[in-house]
Amino acid sequence: MADLTALNESFTARFPSKIQIRPLFRGETTWVVERAELLQVLTALKEQGFDLLIDLSTVDNFGDEPRFEIVYELCQLSSNQNLRVKSFISEDDNSVSSVTSIWATANWHEREAYDMMGILFEGHPDLRRILMWEGYPFHPLKKDFPLEGKATEMPDIAFSRPAPLEGGPFVTAPSDHVIEREPRARPTELI
Amino acid sequence: MSNESEINYNSKVEGNIVLTTLEASINWMRQNSLWPMPMGLACCAIELMAAASSRFDISRFGAEVMRFSPRQSDLLIVAGTVTYKMALATKRIYDQMPDPKWVIAMGACASTGGMYRSYAVLQGIDNLIPVDVYISGCPPRPEALLEGLMQLQKKISKEKSLSTLKQEVAA
Repeated sequence: MADLTALNESFTARFPSKIQIRPLFRGETTWVVERAELLQVLTALKEQGFDLLIDLSTVDNFGDEPRFEIVYELCQLSSNQNLRVKSFISEDDNSVSSVTSIWATANWHEREAYDMMGILFEGHPDLRRILMWEGYPFHPLKKDFPLEGKATEMPDIAFSRPAPLEGGPFVTAPSDHVIEREPRARPTELI
Repeated sequence: MSNESEINYNSKVEGNIVLTTLEASINWMRQNSLWPMPMGLACCAIELMAAASSRFDISRFGAEVMRFSPRQSDLLIVAGTVTYKMALATKRIYDQMPDPKWVIAMGACASTGGMYRSYAVLQGIDNLIPVDVYISGCPPRPEALLEGLMQLQKKISKEKSLSTLKQEVAA
């Protein structure tokens, strides 16, 4: 822990007012970085020794103003330090710099983020869909996309039809306030 | 005179000759030498491999020759979740198989889409190709696959294969 405090201090000194350090939660440190500084902060972290990008994932906070969150989980293997770096991206301006030049593993993670959430990565060597097929018109993991899917047709490549949910998905009932944040099980107002 | 048995011949005189109908013998040959094309897409493929291994031995039924080439097989075993991305490839494999061909949908995902009622999973391979036997289970035990194979063998034994052949010759 002492290590990360030093790191926190040195980085907030270098990037004043661009990094917000979230309070320590269960031994995990999270930084929230502004989108414009993200590439610089991550490059500096790589130079600092965070040589493993464990995961790059995205969160869709449907209804909140910066709609997407992009989360980088980093690890410094030499000292077994984990760090989480987040950035908030709004829907209208949803392109981020790619970190493929920093950690090569980000290549497929960014393709998945593009495929599922529609976030574009500038500087990515090969940004195309990875889970769905090329030409699929939607980004399925956004909260306003229904779980059962929508009908699409691409002759000779793939087609898709809405699945019969039959009132599902049948999950054990969560507590009340969580039900509002799972719009998939109910028809959304937008469509 | 030979002893009263179903087949009235004297094996010492006539050798091992069996009288049967052409259709029955064609069906018998087909059902006992089904060469599967394993379309092992997901977890059911593991149980398919287990059925082919020594403990459950699918080769007792003539089906050990798992030809991974559709042109040389006559039974397509769709084992696993068929995603929309893979669906048309599976159809293409089915189209490449020569007649006579049969399809076993192994497991819940291949039969009806299984637990995956979602945007990415085809709800049953029977939306694309005609299925002869559905095997339920997630995954079905190898014995269930063998039972499905035996049901398919029964189905083949009742087929009117001779009339189909005659139609093909006439056409």
